[in-house]
Formats: sequence, structure tokens, C-alpha cells
Amino acid sequence: MSSRTVSRRKRVVRKQEASEFRFTREDVESISQALGESDKLKAQRMAAWEKFESLPMPSTSDEPWRRTDIRGLDLDRIKLQASGKTPVASELLQPLVAESHGALLVLRPGHAPEFQEEENLQEQGVVFTDWATAVREHAEILDRTMDTVVPAEDGKFAALAAAMSQEGVLLYVPAGVRLQQPLHSIFWAPGIDAAFFHRVLIVLERGASAVFFHETASPTENEGQTVHAGIVEISVAEEASLKFVEVQNLGRHVWNFTHERAKVAREGRLDWIFGAVGSQLTKTFSDLDLTGQGAEGRFSGFYFANERQHFDHDTQQNHLAPNTMSDLLYKGALVDQSRSVWQGMIYVAPEAQKTDGFQANRNLILSKKARADSIPGLEILADDVRCTHGATVGQLEDLPIYYLMTRGFPREEAERMMIDGFFAPIMERIPFDGVRERFRGMIEVKLGN
Amino acid sequence: MTDILEVKNLHTSIDGQKILKGVNLIVREGEIHALMGPNGTGKSTLANVLMGHPSYEVTKGQILFKGEDLTEMATDERARMGLFLAFQYPVAIPGVSVANFLRQAINAHRKARDPEYKGIPIPEFRKLLKEKMDLLEMAHEFAGRYLNDGFSGGEKKRAEILQLATLEPSIAILDETDSGLDIDALRIVANGVNTLSGPDLGVLIITHYQRILNYIKPDKVHIMLDGQIVESGGADLAQHLEEQGYDWVREKHNGKVKG
Ligand SMILES: Nc1ncnc2c1ncn2[C@@H]1O[C@H](COP(=O)(O)OP(=O)(O)O)[C@@H](O)[C@H]1O
Ligand SMILES: [Mg+2]
Repeated sequence: MSSRTVSRRKRVVRKQEASEFRFTREDVESISQALGESDKLKAQRMAAWEKFESLPMPSTSDEPWRRTDIRGLDLDRIKLQASGKTPVASELLQPLVAESHGALLVLRPGHAPEFQEEENLQEQGVVFTDWATAVREHAEILDRTMDTVVPAEDGKFAALAAAMSQEGVLLYVPAGVRLQQPLHSIFWAPGIDAAFFHRVLIVLERGASAVFFHETASPTENEGQTVHAGIVEISVAEEASLKFVEVQNLGRHVWNFTHERAKVAREGRLDWIFGAVGSQLTKTFSDLDLTGQGAEGRFSGFYFANERQHFDHDTQQNHLAPNTMSDLLYKGALVDQSRSVWQGMIYVAPEAQKTDGFQANRNLILSKKARADSIPGLEILADDVRCTHGATVGQLEDLPIYYLMTRGFPREEAERMMIDGFFAPIMERIPFDGVRERFRGMIEVKLGN
Repeated sequence: MTDILEVKNLHTSIDGQKILKGVNLIVREGEIHALMGPNGTGKSTLANVLMGHPSYEVTKGQILFKGEDLTEMATDERARMGLFLAFQYPVAIPGVSVANFLRQAINAHRKARDPEYKGIPIPEFRKLLKEKMDLLEMAHEFAGRYLNDGFSGGEKKRAEILQLATLEPSIAILDETDSGLDIDALRIVANGVNTLSGPDLGVLIITHYQRILNYIKPDKVHIMLDGQIVESGGADLAQHLEEQGYDWVREKHNGKVKG
């Protein structure tokens, strides 16, 4: 692989103990007040704050954090602030399909959201809006659904994001409404020494369907550190169907923590695609709960790390009802001195008979100093199930490269072709050309072309 | 001008083990040569050394192609100059469809000739691919499958000839393309090679059976034994081998082959 030299201030300063965030109860109260939250929402937020305060900072002696050390994050410098003025990178704004988006929502912490709508969503009773508007105009939806999927108890950062989020996206699709055009939102958060929070809440009522693409991104800053913590909550009701594509493309100064969870009810379908290329360090917990008979979830991950990036993805496929199907495929490539961790678990509850659960993680190591850890797991309490899991960490092999070179491809192109081929099964799961192009572009960037 | 591949006194080793011990061979465009010999005598080694496989070391001798010395040239450059190898054991390229692969391979060749080349237009490529697949009696769905990934032995060999047909090299080496083919597949592949051969293509067919030579008439037949070409002759030499086996060759050359 090509090598690059990047000189930049050291981002990792080792300390004995992780420092603590400097936020206060007053910060949380003023966020709630600025949004004009209902009593219920405010109470939930304050409860999350209390939860946050009661939990210690995660450390490598906690099992889920064993391979991810956050002591290099210097929280003394991190403060609440509006995001910087750098405009949204133009490639993020490209339409997802040839013609258009159904709607595009751009969120920038501390600034007014921008919204463009192509399809008339309101007429169909669909809500696709920023958090402040959701709190003001759709409190009943939030009251009913928020925090029911990702409870603040999920962890220190889930509690933090629940307490501190002022930005977010609400997508609500009423029963029976089948949206044609994909919806698109971007959380764009430039800034140094900042903490940014946001949440995404997706609710599909019975028989509804939607395709939604959400990107969390920021430009890389040459100095300093920034924290992002987020929550993604997805509720797919009976017979509803959601395709959700998420991309994490944060700047290299960002330490990113998210808790994401989807609940899929009887005969519901979720196709969840996750792409991660940005941040200095990412720790993501993604859970898929199949709560009703016949629910299905397909869970695809794409990651590509370089330099000293560290990605840690924890996934959990919970089969809680009979006849459910989950299919997880996470594929990642690593160059330079980057590192990835994937730890996955399939859980099958005693009553979840006739379940199919698949889980595979494949890693492609493209340089000597890169490293991937892949830890699959099964916990099966039912007896009539079909579960498979597989984890591999490999390198580009010489023989296919030679074979391709005998067809006239220079070595770099041959390697590129193998890498594209490696990711092809994920690309095929991506619903639109525009997004596939974005993913291809990310590979280009990572390979330094 | 006729393109010529000329191998002069070629010696190679792998991990210090001598395998080719002075091979001499000339293949011109328009000619069909057969290289025969028992297993393990160095036929595939010769094919791979001609393509520049990085594991083999040329310790002595020369490979000349179109008047240029290939010995130090990278594999991909040799390929773009017009040398092609149909592998004895084709390699799977997961995630890359036959069509996508062939389109990019054509582009790699054309771009090397013209750096401004923008890539083959899709309709032109589709037409070309259809034509070549029809020649090899391949179902068009084949184009969408990942190259050699889960292919049967016969499908792999056919896919090699499809690549040969698409890339239009001036010299093609077919390493045991006939092995693992049933009689129908052998006929189709041989017809394909016959259709492609002509004044612009030279072919070196490596085989240890004479079976394929019932379908493709060689101009010359060579016998390799222990890293050297020990006999060369016309098509009748293959016939003779079929009847007599290799024992007479061994007896005749026993002890003459230099170690
Ligand atoms: N990669 C390799 N490493 C070590 N020995 C090899 C390698 N490739 C070939 N050989 C040896 O070289 C000799 C010739 O092999 P090969 O060229 O495959 O013969 P053929 O194609 O005529 O059957 C054999 O003795 C084989 O064991
Ligand atoms: Mg051989």
C-alpha cells in the first residue's frame, strides 16, 4: 500500500485516569429550557444526567472497554460551544439517487437547521425534522417513543448524550405510509475542544416503509480534540420496513461514542447499513432487538481505518421472539497503524424457536502495523435454531495479485481491485448509487489516491 | 512485422532449487506450438517465468519478446505488451464480476497505450463481451458471477479462454487448459482457440495429454524433460508420444540432461 507522511501534533496524551467532563446540572437544565421541553422530556433528561453522574468513566478494566482506552482524551479542555463556520463539504450534499432526495435536513450544532423538501411529507403525515421543532410541535411522538429503545442506563455515554443532546433528527412515518424517495440528513459539527451531542429517533408505524440516509461528519482539525456522543433509536412496528444507512465521517480530532439500538416488531424488516471512516477513536454499541414473530434484521458494516485511528464496534443481535432472522456482515480494512475491534453477540431467548442468526466479521489488514481484533459470540437458549458465526483477519494474498497482474493490471490497481472485491458484498447491500459512490470515494481517500 | 517470443538458454530456480536448466524456444505470431512432458518437468514453471512470477529467479539466459528483453520486466508490463497466460489453476477474485473484471482489464491495456483513454464505452463493451461469450457458448449470466469464485473446473478454464478472447494478446500460453474438461467443454474451448488463432496470435499449448491436439493442430511439438526441451518436431511427434508414452524419451535422454 502507498505510504503517507502526515505531521501533526500528537493527539494522544497518556494519563493514569480518564478525566471527567466539566458539565453541570445547570448546563442540562438550560438545554432543556432552550428547547422548551415538556415536563416529561425534561424529567427524562434530568434522570439521564443523574445516571451519567452515577456512572464512572469507562476504563479498560470494564469488559466492553477492554480494548479501547480513552485515557488519551483530555476532557479539561472540552467545553460546550456552537460548531464552527466551515460549510458542509459539498460531496456530502450530493443527491442519493440520480434525481433528488425526498428531503434533506442539515444540522449544525448551535445554528439553525436547513431543510429542503422534495416530496410532500407533511401531507402524508410524515415528520422529518430537527430536534427543536420536534420538541415544539411533535412532543406527543417524543413522549411516546423517546428513550424506549435506548435507555440512558445503556452506559455512561448513552446517559451523557441523553442528558446533553440539543440537536437531533426525528423521522416519524405513520401507519401504512410508504415513502418513495430516500430521506437524507447530515449532522455537521466543525470545531475544536468542543463537545457535540445529537440523537436520531426513527419511528415507523405499522406497515410503513422508508429509506433514510444519515451522516455524522466534520472536517479534521489539525490541533486539539473534540467529543461527539450520540444516540440512535429505531423502532420498526409490525410489518413496517426500514432501510437505514448511516455514515460516520468525523474529523480525526474527534472521539466518538454512540449507542444505537433498533427494535423490530412482528413481521417488521430492518436493513441497517453502517459505514465508519472518520474520528480518532470510535466506540459504538449497536443492538438489534427482534421483538416480534417473523421480524428480520440485516446488519451490514463497512469500516476503513488509517493512520492511528481506533474503531471499536460492539454489536448485539437479540432474538426475542420465534421465527426471527438476523444477518450481520461487518467488513473492514485497515492501513497504517490503525486498529479495529469488533465484538459481536447473537443472543437467542428460550422462546425464540426457529430462529436464524448469522454473524460474520471480515478484516483486511493492509499494513504490517495495523491490527484487527474480531470476537464473535453466541448465547443460545432455544434449541431449534440455526446460527452461524465467523471471524477472519487476513491480508491481501500474493497469488490473486499475481493473477491480476498477468491480465495487465499494475500492482496498485490489482490491490485496489481485491479491496473493492472484498467490500463488494457490503456495496451490494447499499440501496443507491449516490451512496455507493460515496463509499467508493472513502476507499480512495483511505488508500491515499 | 511478426511478433516473436524467444527463450534463450533459460535457467531458473525457486528457493535455490534448479528447475529450468537451459530452455530454448521460439514462438512466432501465427504459430501453434505444443509443449508436452510428464508431470513435474517444469512446464508450468516455464509459463510462469515467462509471465514474470516473482518467486522464480532467472539465473541464466534471456526471454525476448518483440525484440525486448523481458527478464527484468514486471508481470503487468509483459501482459500489456501482449503476453497472456491461461492458468493451470485459475485464481478466484471474490467480489469482482467477470464483466467488471474484463472491462477494467481492457481499460488497463488501452490506457497503457493511450494515457488519455477514458475507458471503453459500456455499449461497446457489452457488444464485445456478448460476442466473445457466444464464441465460447457461455450463458450470459456468467458475466455477473464473481471471477473464478465457486466456478467448476470447466467454467474456470472457459473463463480463461474468455479472457484470452477479450484481451487479444499476440502470444498466449495455455497451461493444461484441457485438463478437467469433459469432451464437450474440450471441443468448445478448442473451437474457441481455433477461431482466435490466426496471423496475429501465437499459441503455446502446454499439456501432458495429446487429447487436445486432436482438436487443435500444432505446427510444432516440443517435449520437456527435467527442465529442458529435449525433442522438437511436427504434429506427428505428439501422435508418437500418445502411442509410445514417455519412456523412450527418458531412455534416449537419460543422463544427457544436465543437473
Ligand atoms: N513454488 C514452488 N516451490 C518449490 N518447488 C516448485 C514450485 N513450483 C514448482 N516447483 C517444482 O518444480 C518442478 C516443476 O514443476 P512444474 O513447473 O509445476 O511442472 P509441470 O508443470 O511440468 O508439471 C517440480 O518438481 C515442482 O515440485
Ligand atoms: Mg503444470
